[in-house]
Amino acid sequence: MGAFDLLMNGLVTAADPMLLLYALIGVTLGTAVGVLPGIGPALTVALLLPVTFRMDPAGSLIMFAGIYYGGMYGGSTTSILLNTPGESASIITALEGNKMARKGRGGPALATAAIGSFIAGLIATLLLAFFAPFIVKKALAFGSPEYFALMMLAFVTVSAAFGDSTLRGLTSLFLGLALGCIGIDQLTGQTRLAFGQAELLDGIEVTTLAVAMFALGEALAVAGTRNKAEEKVEAVKGSVWMTRQDWARSWKPWLRGTLIGFPIGAMPAGGAEIGTFLSYSAEKKLSKHPEEFGHGAIEGVAGPEAANNASAAGTLVPLLTLGLPTSATAAIMLAGFMQFGLQPGPLLFATNPGLVWSLIASLLIANFMLLVLNLPLIGLWVRLLTIPKPWLYAGILLFATLGTIGANPSTFELGMLLGFGILGYVMRLFGYPIAPIVVGLILGPLAEIHLRRALSISQGDWTVLFHSYLSIGLLTAAALALIVPVILRARGKGQVLSQLAGDED
Amino acid sequence: MKNFVLAGLLAGAMALPASAYTIIAPANPGGGWDQTARTMQTVLQEEGISPGTQVQNVPGAGGTIGLAQFAAQNSGKDDALIVGGYVMVGAILTNNSPVSLKDVTPIARLTGEYEAIVVPAASPIQNMGELVEKLKADPGAVSWAGGSAGGTDHIAVGLIAKAAGVDPTKINYIAYSGGGEALAAILGNQVTAGISSLGEFEAQVQAGTLRLLAVSSPERIEGVDAPTLKEAGVDVELQNWRMVAAGPNLSPEQKAKVTADVEKMVKSANWQEQLKTKGWMDTYLAGDEFDKQLEADTAATATVLKDIGLVK
Repeated sequence: MGAFDLLMNGLVTAADPMLLLYALIGVTLGTAVGVLPGIGPALTVALLLPVTFRMDPAGSLIMFAGIYYGGMYGGSTTSILLNTPGESASIITALEGNKMARKGRGGPALATAAIGSFIAGLIATLLLAFFAPFIVKKALAFGSPEYFALMMLAFVTVSAAFGDSTLRGLTSLFLGLALGCIGIDQLTGQTRLAFGQAELLDGIEVTTLAVAMFALGEALAVAGTRNKAEEKVEAVKGSVWMTRQDWARSWKPWLRGTLIGFPIGAMPAGGAEIGTFLSYSAEKKLSKHPEEFGHGAIEGVAGPEAANNASAAGTLVPLLTLGLPTSATAAIMLAGFMQFGLQPGPLLFATNPGLVWSLIASLLIANFMLLVLNLPLIGLWVRLLTIPKPWLYAGILLFATLGTIGANPSTFELGMLLGFGILGYVMRLFGYPIAPIVVGLILGPLAEIHLRRALSISQGDWTVLFHSYLSIGLLTAAALALIVPVILRARGKGQVLSQLAGDED
Repeated sequence: MKNFVLAGLLAGAMALPASAYTIIAPANPGGGWDQTARTMQTVLQEEGISPGTQVQNVPGAGGTIGLAQFAAQNSGKDDALIVGGYVMVGAILTNNSPVSLKDVTPIARLTGEYEAIVVPAASPIQNMGELVEKLKADPGAVSWAGGSAGGTDHIAVGLIAKAAGVDPTKINYIAYSGGGEALAAILGNQVTAGISSLGEFEAQVQAGTLRLLAVSSPERIEGVDAPTLKEAGVDVELQNWRMVAAGPNLSPEQKAKVTADVEKMVKSANWQEQLKTKGWMDTYLAGDEFDKQLEADTAATATVLKDIGLVK
């Protein structure tokens, strides 16, 4: 039986009313926890594991997959409307999405995120179904030198998207890199810059920094400028739905985001946020409206949102084919498999094809349900913005604080949230972009660990970084992205470039 | 979900005499400690030992963050438990943690897993002897992929080097976060050998993508086709155990009560069944014997970590 027949069989199995109900429960729960900062899909699945022990394996795994996809969907809603990214994968969405929302285009922003997530989820799930064994082989070829090259590419392209002042962008980035050095060094187990604080041992939580910078910093900034003339927030300007132009500007970013996100999700050390960074900078480069970036460009929402959902499907590739959990949620799903005596790994497709294919089929169904669940809610969500500003921002502060405490119940964490919130306010005041500091905190430690692993394995031989075509290709692309703008500038085309760069905040 | 929480609350309220334990899993959801805590929760609830049992995750730094918080908040309380294990013993030493297992009341060892040494199927290395030869010839040329620095895997490599007469400071150990990432590096032929709990590798060994060279158990494990390290000429025996502890300053009566509850849980058929589905070994040990074992393990670990150079 070919893969197609197996998938059809799976669809028939998954269309069982009970399984559909599990999928519905999963996506509803998933969307809810995605909306709440602090409670991630991983914790939700962990809480449900003991409950599902008595259920049949297919049903509970389908529910877990629904939660996983739903979480990726829900994360975008708070990013766009409240500038409060609930998940690290939706940080980039806040950049353009919240600007759109403030211009009364929250509806189209949510719609492009939802439809983009659906399309990305659909394509990525099909890729997972038909090419998983092939993709996983390629993904395993990614060793530390290749990861390091990928990080370099991400650094260079994302830095280029940092707004009009390179100096300010880099200052912010290096602040993030410095924060990334805090905590236990993974390779030696020694602590760095923790100053004896137990809470700093594991480094600074990305979501704490992101929520502080985006939500708290913003609330303080709004409070600080209350008496001055301020931009008027209109909840809805024009249609709640996407216009013809919105569609025309969204479909390519959706596809590109999918193609960027899926393979990165499939890599054992990829991570959804890296795909969103790369997608954002790709869209900014390719857009016909680069001047809109930083002021609410729809491409900047469509691409990264597609990328993060595609990478969610990508994560299932190593999980199903190798038994490799590459994210916290995948790790719990693995525990779920084991609970039912199933060993995910190279033999799962062979020993349990029925279950695997009904899981894949139910992912398709869950994806469709999410679209049906989310699109009608958009009209309701955007009404959040009609709440008077003082109330809205007080609500955001409460929400952000509760989320942080929920994720990490300690007063020190709360202190960090406030401290970074004030830092975010000061940075806004002096025109420093805030995205690079978060990017630095995410990418810095990854780049460092991969470089050091590569050098450790090669016993200090730097040429290991250029040993594979993959890493040479990635490093060349990074070098080009760095050098070409300099040459263009030298040849007197600087004006075009500064126009391209736009400003972010 | 809501109904479940409600049911849990109701059940908890109805059974007031039995105390409701709060179990701290000092790790992220999904890891071994988290799974241990949640399995305990299931059994304690279903067996009616403590129907209102809750699990709370306080992740970070090999469990030392959770341990420090736990010790500070639960002095003299007999309704709070923390899950921990061998990895914590090493992490306390490498992190210079101000709080150690001496600051809580260890109750019992619950489960254990043995370490396995593997190479990719494509590797020219066929058995443990050849790997040891290679290690003796040039320690740096053998790169080992395993879990966090100073953890069980790292300690095992240090012990293997010592037993083979190789300077433990020369080992080339590459720490990965969690078994998954290390497994990817081994399968991708990025490193010479891999070391982790046997369970992490079992599926790959069965599929023939990894070659199992040896296991760290005292005797051969049933159904596993590999010699022990001792048989292979490396005098090392190591168990990655998991334990449960209660808060500091417990009265003897309180300690006896918690120990009795844990023993009731371990002896239940439900617990045994859960261990079987999860592939964990029952290595239950409590009382003075456990305290002695813990002391011996802590001393041995301190020596190895000093030898490797992670602890001064």
